[in-house]
Amino acid sequence: MIQSFKLAINSILTNKMRSFLTMLGIIIGVAAVIILVSVVSGYMGQVIESFASMGVNRISINVRNTRTRSLDDKVMYEFLDENYEIVNKLSPEVSVSGTVKNGNNSLTSTTIMGVSEDYMDIVSYKLEQGRNLSYSDLAGRSAVCVIGYYVAYDLFGSSDKAINDSLKVNGKPLTIVGVIEPQEEIKNMSEGGTDDFVWMPYTLATKMTRNGNISNYYINSVDTSYTDEITDKLKSTLYGIFKSENFYSVFANSSIISELDSSIGTLSALLGGIAGISLLVAGIGVMNIMLVSVTERTREIGIRKALGAKQGVIMQQFVIEAAVTSTLGGLIGIILGSVLTSVVGAAMSITCYPTIGSIILSVSVSVGIGLLFGYLPAKRAAVLNPIDALRTD
Amino acid sequence: MIENQKLIELINVYKIYLMGNEQVYANDNINLTINRGEFVAIVGKSGSGKSTLMNIIGALDKPTSGKYILNGRDTFTMTDDELAEIRNKTVGFIFQQYNLLPKLNLLENVELPLLYAGISNKERQRRALESLARVGLKEKYANMPNQLSGGQQQRVSIARALAGNPSLLLADEPTGALDSKTSREVLNFIKKLHSEGNTIVMITHDNAIALEAKRIVRIKDGQIIFDGTSDEYKEAIEQGLK
Repeated sequence: MIQSFKLAINSILTNKMRSFLTMLGIIIGVAAVIILVSVVSGYMGQVIESFASMGVNRISINVRNTRTRSLDDKVMYEFLDENYEIVNKLSPEVSVSGTVKNGNNSLTSTTIMGVSEDYMDIVSYKLEQGRNLSYSDLAGRSAVCVIGYYVAYDLFGSSDKAINDSLKVNGKPLTIVGVIEPQEEIKNMSEGGTDDFVWMPYTLATKMTRNGNISNYYINSVDTSYTDEITDKLKSTLYGIFKSENFYSVFANSSIISELDSSIGTLSALLGGIAGISLLVAGIGVMNIMLVSVTERTREIGIRKALGAKQGVIMQQFVIEAAVTSTLGGLIGIILGSVLTSVVGAAMSITCYPTIGSIILSVSVSVGIGLLFGYLPAKRAAVLNPIDALRTD
Repeated sequence: MIENQKLIELINVYKIYLMGNEQVYANDNINLTINRGEFVAIVGKSGSGKSTLMNIIGALDKPTSGKYILNGRDTFTMTDDELAEIRNKTVGFIFQQYNLLPKLNLLENVELPLLYAGISNKERQRRALESLARVGLKEKYANMPNQLSGGQQQRVSIARALAGNPSLLLADEPTGALDSKTSREVLNFIKKLHSEGNTIVMITHDNAIALEAKRIVRIKDGQIIFDGTSDEYKEAIEQGLK
């Protein structure tokens, strides 16, 4: 066995150019598999992460046509209490349209919303300064608000100046108790952007809107794995109230991700498959070279057989040679693939690194190719007739 | 034990090749017995069937029909692997073209039959070196075959044949590729091996070489036309044996 490895390495070294060209097919194939799979999964990771930042655990409820029907906040808070093990946050969302003013300065595109104290956590925002809305603000319909960084910057000049000052929403003065940290770089912020918002207690907001009904709710599940269960429970609760599925919709963010996940998985498998074909071609290259090698070494095989080498021994020698060739190619391919993965990743500005799965896959495929495509030539060598083999020059 | 004396026994051995539609009798009813310790030359012109006979004696090939018993075992029913094993254990080949493996050094070449016999690394090396010492090439064990002269290469091939301590040394035109001086040396060495008790079968086309053996078997058209001592052979040639 050790002897066979020694012979294989010797044989590869004596035909350096040929061995290298044979390996090249495998090197390219393995590198291609690694690069494609890694870059795709890196990209997928990035996409999922950006969705996760939007809240994978979030479930939103929308009630249509709130002029004639409504979903009372009490119902939803009961739902929260009943399912406290799997649901941990709830916020109504009441849209208020209007302008935000500080003295003579005004903003017209600001997103003005009535929310609960949980809203900040549900959308995963953090405070820059001050405090969040509190339960007592909600209960007392306090005239307070939490504002986005753009509002503070544009209307007051800075977060420091805004805090504890007040602004007017449709003429109603609200004390600024908190400022949310910037979501975008300050120079990229714009009117109507992600940092242009005012949050007030939803109890206050319902008073300020014309019909006073809440059309949207956000719910956070304790873990992504519960989102399906919560969605089902919500639907049955809502059906109990509205008696028709047409009046509401329940949407879990995680459902986008699982859809995305499966379509990216398909893409990944497809690309991997294409790269896999190049490995198959490489395997045929290995077989071709091994057949040449057997023909060239017919005399050697004859001598070995005359001296008592059994078929298995000859077979082993050539299979190992093929396996060593393709394994070496595979290892070089892994190194090349790993290096190129980070190069390609950097070029596409995706953080990706070679996945363990793709490495294991390509190593086993390249060793497998060696064994599979080495078998036929090795078999041919093993059954050579020693007399005929000795007669050739 | 008379039976044990017989190393080689061929009984009604035929080897028939198909050349197109024609049957060619390479060996035509050969009956031959060689005892342990004999030095036999099988002589014949090219195409006489002596190489075919050698292949059968060396267990490289099986007869078309008839019995070939080597060291008490009939080769007829043997598989490829069983033949390999019996070659490995029983026969030491000395080829005309030496047939050393060019990529292995002398030690590795001599070790080959021991390797296939499954002997451990250390023991293999010891026996191979001992064998190289017998042919006077121990110091050159790390050399490659192409660094040696033809005569030296043939001595390595003899060392390789001896390494497995076989019952039979089978030499196929051992001096065929050598000049007369080196041929002499190799022949003397083979004779020395015979005097040490080895059984030797030597295949040659050259009467002068054949006469070095104790017993001579002459093949013509696949049949034995002479089987006797070297003195008898000399006489027969003088009387016009062709």
